[in-house]
Amino acid sequence: MIHAVAAVAAVALSVTMVAVFPRSILVFLTFQGSMLFVYVARIPAWLRAGLLALALLVLMPLIGYFNGYYLEVATQVGIFAALALGLNIVVGLAGLLDLGYVAFFAVGAYSWAIFGSPHANLIFGGGFPLAPGWFYVFLFVGLAVAALTGVLLGLPVLRLRGDYLAIVTLGFGEVIRVLANNLDKPVNFTNGPKGITPIGRPPLPFGIPYSEAFYFLVLLIVVVIIVVNRRLEDSHIGRAWEAMREDELAAQAMGVPLVRAKLQAFACGASFAGVMGVVFSAKQIFINPESFTFLESIGVLAMVILGGMGSIPGAVVGATVVTVLNLQVLKGFSLWLNELKNAGVTVLGYSLANLPTQLEPAKYERMVFGIILVVMMIFRPQGIFPARRRQRELAHPHPPPTEVGP
Amino acid sequence: MTALFESRGIVKRFGGLVAINRVDYSLDRGISSIIGPNGAGKTTLFNVFTGLYEPDAGEVTFRGHSLVGLRPDQITALGVCRTFQNIRLFANMTAIENVLVGMHARVRLGLWDALTHRRKFHQVERGLWRRGSELLDRVGLRANANEIARNLPYGDQRRLELARALASEPSLLLLDEPTAGMTQGEAGDLMGLLRRLVVDLDLAILLIEHNMRVVMEVSDRVTVLDHGEKIAEGLPRDVQGDARVIEAYLGRRSTSRSPRAAP
Repeated sequence: MIHAVAAVAAVALSVTMVAVFPRSILVFLTFQGSMLFVYVARIPAWLRAGLLALALLVLMPLIGYFNGYYLEVATQVGIFAALALGLNIVVGLAGLLDLGYVAFFAVGAYSWAIFGSPHANLIFGGGFPLAPGWFYVFLFVGLAVAALTGVLLGLPVLRLRGDYLAIVTLGFGEVIRVLANNLDKPVNFTNGPKGITPIGRPPLPFGIPYSEAFYFLVLLIVVVIIVVNRRLEDSHIGRAWEAMREDELAAQAMGVPLVRAKLQAFACGASFAGVMGVVFSAKQIFINPESFTFLESIGVLAMVILGGMGSIPGAVVGATVVTVLNLQVLKGFSLWLNELKNAGVTVLGYSLANLPTQLEPAKYERMVFGIILVVMMIFRPQGIFPARRRQRELAHPHPPPTEVGP
Repeated sequence: MTALFESRGIVKRFGGLVAINRVDYSLDRGISSIIGPNGAGKTTLFNVFTGLYEPDAGEVTFRGHSLVGLRPDQITALGVCRTFQNIRLFANMTAIENVLVGMHARVRLGLWDALTHRRKFHQVERGLWRRGSELLDRVGLRANANEIARNLPYGDQRRLELARALASEPSLLLLDEPTAGMTQGEAGDLMGLLRRLVVDLDLAILLIEHNMRVVMEVSDRVTVLDHGEKIAEGLPRDVQGDARVIEAYLGRRSTSRSPRAAP
C-alpha cells in the first residue's frame, strides 16, 4: 500500500517538477527514475502497467511539449532499447558474441534511405523517391533484408565460437561500413561518405508533429519487440538458445540442431535492428556511414552487459542508462564545468579559468563513461537487472510464468 | 533378425594413436556394459556411437539406419541419447528447463508457432511441461524442478542428466559412468531405477562403468575393452573369470600397469 502511494507520488511529483523546471536535466532524470521505481516497486501488476502506460503514453509526450529535446532523448532511448533487445537475443540468450551488430541497423537504414530518397534515381533512372506511404512497407522490407543479412553472416561463422566469432563479426561490421563508404562507384548505391538525403518521412494522420509521431512509432516497435522477445524466450527456441550458450556440445547431443538454432538467433536479432534502421533513417532524414561505426556496436553491447545479459528489462534499462548518460548527463556535466570555468570559480585556491585547454571537460566525457562501466562491472558484474529464472508451479499444467521477487 | 544397434569394424585414430581398433559391437534390449581400464577407448567409442566423432572406418547402424556421418542431434532424433562422464548440464537453467531442452528433437513447432503463441503452441508446451515433471518425478527430482542445475548436489546432477536424456524418448540410452562419485547406496538405487526403466520404457541401456559391483549385478552382458580392442564379451560371471580381462586390469607378472579394482 505504501509502495503504491509512493509510486503514484513519485510519478506525479517528478512530472510536476519537469513542468516547473523544463530545462533542468536533473529534474528530467527524476522522472526517468520514477518510472524505474514504478517498475521495481511492490505494487499490483495493474497499477504498475497503468502508471507506466500513463508515463510513456501521456506524460512523456506532454513533457516533449515543454521541452522538445527530452522527447528526442526518449526516442533515441527507444531506438537503442530495440537494438539492445536484438543484441540480447544473440549475445545474452544464444551466447554468440557479436561485435558488429550495428551492421544490421545500417542495412535497414540504407534500405529505406536509398528508395525513400531521390537517390535511387541514380541507380534505376527515375521514378523515385517512392511515395511516403511506402515507409510502412519498408519497415517489413528492412526487417526481411536485415534478417537475410543475419543469415548470410551466420553461415560462414557457424563453426566459430567465443573469441573467434567475435573477431569475425567485428570484421563483418567493418565490411558493411566500408561498403557503405565506398559503394558510390561504379554504381552509386550509397553515395559514399557524403551520405543520403533527403530521406522521405511517412505520411501522418491528423497532422501529428513528427517528433511525437516518431516517439510513438518507436515506442510501439519496442513494445512489439519486447513481446516477441518474451515469447521466444518462453518457447523451445529460447530454451535451445540458452542451452547452446550453456554448453554447445551437450545441447547438440540433446537434439538441438546447432546450425538452425544459430541462424534463427542471428536472423531474429538482426531483424529488430533492421526495423529500427528504417525508422532511424526516416527520422534523421540524412544518414551516412558515420552513424554505423564500430563504437556504436560496442555501445549497444555495453547496454546489454550493463543491463544484465539475457534479461529483457536489463536490456531496456541498460539502453536507457547509456543513452541518457551520453546525451544528457555527460553533456550536462561538461556544460556545468564549462560554466564554472567561464565564471572563474576558484577551487582550493586555483582559478578554473586558468585550466589548460587539454583538460576541457568535453574531452573526458568518454573517460567518465568508461569509469562508470568499469565501476559497474566491478561491483555489479551481473548487470542492473540480471536475468532471473522463471519459477513455475508444476502442480498445475503450464500456469502463466511468475517472477520471483519484486 | 538384425540387432537394435550394431557396429562393425569401427576404427578411430587420433594422429598416430589408434583409440579404437576394429570393434564390432551389437546390442538389444536390456542393460549392456562396457568396462576396461583407463584409456581403453570406452568414451571414444561412445563418442563415435553418438556422432561426436566420425569413425575412420567401420559402420554403425541403429534399427537398420546408418549413423555414420549424421550429426549428434540427428542421431538423438533417431532415438539414441547419452549422458556425459563429466556432467554437462545446462548449468544456469533450472532442472525442468534442462529436461525440456532434452525434448527439443520431439517438438514439432516452428519459429512462427513460438511467435504467434497459437493454441497449438500452448497445447504442445503444456504437454512438454507435464512430461517434464513426470520425468523429474521418475528420477526423484520433482521437488527440485525450479532449482538451478548448478546448485544441485552432485548425485542429483547425475540423475538430472539421466532425466534430460530420457526426455528425448530414446530407444537406446548411453550412460557414461552414471554412478561416478556416488556412494554404494546411491549407485544401487540408480541401478534399480535403470532396471525399472528397461522394463517400463522398453529401453536398451549401454553403460560405461568402473564400479564393478554395480556392473556385475545389473548387466545382462559385459564387454571388455583394452587398448581400443574388444578382449572379452559375455555374461558377467564369464567375463569375470576371463584370463585376458584379469591381465588387462592387473597386468601380467613383472609388467607394470597401475592396478585397478579387480573384478
